[in-house]
Amino acid sequence: MKKMLLLSALLALSAAGVSAKDWTEIRMASEGAYPPFNEIGANGALKGFDIDIGNALCAEMKAKCTWVKQEWDGMIPALMARKFDAIVASMSITEERKAKVDFTNKYYASPVVLIAKNGLPLRPELASLKGKKVAVQRGTVSDNFATKYWDGKGVEVVRYGKQDEAYLDLKSGRVDAIFADYWEAYGGFLTKPEGAGYSVLGEQLYGKNAEERAVIGEGIGIAVRKKDQDLKAQLNKALAAVRANGKYEEIRKKYFTMDIYGN
Amino acid sequence: MEWFDPSVISGSLPEFWRGLWMTVQLTVFSLAVGFALAIPLSVARVSRNPWVSRPISAYTYFFRGTPMLVQLLLIYYGVGQSEWMQQQWESGNSFWLLFRDAYFCTMLAFSLNTCAYQLEMFAGAIRNVPHGEVEAAEAMGMTRYTVLRRIVLPSALRRAIPPLSNEVILMLQGSAIASAVTLVDLTGAARNVYSRHYAPFEAFIFAGLLYLAVTFVLVGLFRFAESHWLAHLQPRSASAQKD
Repeated sequence: MKKMLLLSALLALSAAGVSAKDWTEIRMASEGAYPPFNEIGANGALKGFDIDIGNALCAEMKAKCTWVKQEWDGMIPALMARKFDAIVASMSITEERKAKVDFTNKYYASPVVLIAKNGLPLRPELASLKGKKVAVQRGTVSDNFATKYWDGKGVEVVRYGKQDEAYLDLKSGRVDAIFADYWEAYGGFLTKPEGAGYSVLGEQLYGKNAEERAVIGEGIGIAVRKKDQDLKAQLNKALAAVRANGKYEEIRKKYFTMDIYGN
Repeated sequence: MEWFDPSVISGSLPEFWRGLWMTVQLTVFSLAVGFALAIPLSVARVSRNPWVSRPISAYTYFFRGTPMLVQLLLIYYGVGQSEWMQQQWESGNSFWLLFRDAYFCTMLAFSLNTCAYQLEMFAGAIRNVPHGEVEAAEAMGMTRYTVLRRIVLPSALRRAIPPLSNEVILMLQGSAIASAVTLVDLTGAARNVYSRHYAPFEAFIFAGLLYLAVTFVLVGLFRFAESHWLAHLQPRSASAQKD
């Protein structure tokens, strides 16, 4: 009972914190190598779906947003080191990451897929990938999945610092397939001239059971430090608002022809 | 301790050992290949014939004037992008297929880089061989080749030991860039552990300690080599001066 009281007191405190701290300025970070979600524009600034969503949320919160470009594999440590306040970089919400940071609700859904030359008899399954080289981007959901279910079991998992480098090596034949986030591959490779002759082989993976879903994640969210509960609550409120008032759909249509939010 | 979790290290030890082994291989092989090439090239470098010395000077100018990471990326990603190279790969040409392999590309870039530094070092040492030694050898009736083999090279290589020890240590630490082309060396292993556990301290401190240990071993080996082969160039010791 005492614990319950303490908990509700804490909840009340954190709820009070929403009005207590005014987030008039938010430093948001993105990677800039994940088109069309985030990339570097001709003027050197970040642009893409993530950035538009981040800016829409800031407008909704009447806060000023500044953007920071950050390498992917240092993203969470940099957030914890207070280099910025929120990660809006198409980051999947996973159990492992939740141990370090908190996430808002998802702002889109994303399966992982296997990509290789058209017509190859490959599927994202251990039996099908035995003896093959599969490229992943280090520190991503696809890396975690491949490491957990394939690595050391006859599949050679090759890790890259950047997704673009994995595409180069798929094209040049150094790896047999790429295992990546579907939207990343869609925008960064499959819909581009370089991606001609390559396609998604087998099914899109959302996770067949609880264990797999814990690795693949519950969708894409915005990461904040655990202590910034007020920021998380405000971002969630703003996210619900832009979903309701049509701003989200307006941005989505700019980049995609179909729904990406899922249900 | 929240900021330092030793279980991150103990849980990833096999990965660290494999990475360390890769780092040792890359360093030792590239230094050995570089050394073997650098000796004949350094002799050519000091040649008075510009048709011999100029091309070598151009080679060292490029490889000492650009970062090793740029050279590695050029060889690995740059070469792999050419249409011609991809055709060679598809036709299964076994020589050009070597360039598809990350290990080979890294070895090639590292060897060419360290060879450029080592050969300038040796060339400098050759120029510094005392004239009297050469004249004495000629007076004994030795041919130019014999003078080179018996007098100039042994003397130059001895004098090159101290700068060579620096190059070896720089190469060990420079090999950390191998992870840029998918090789899992010690730094690559640390990066994998870091991105899996979000634990930069643990992963990089442990990798740093391993680099430090290897560096100490190398420094010890060079101390031994200097006391063995360079003893005649040391200032005479106090006890020797007494009598």
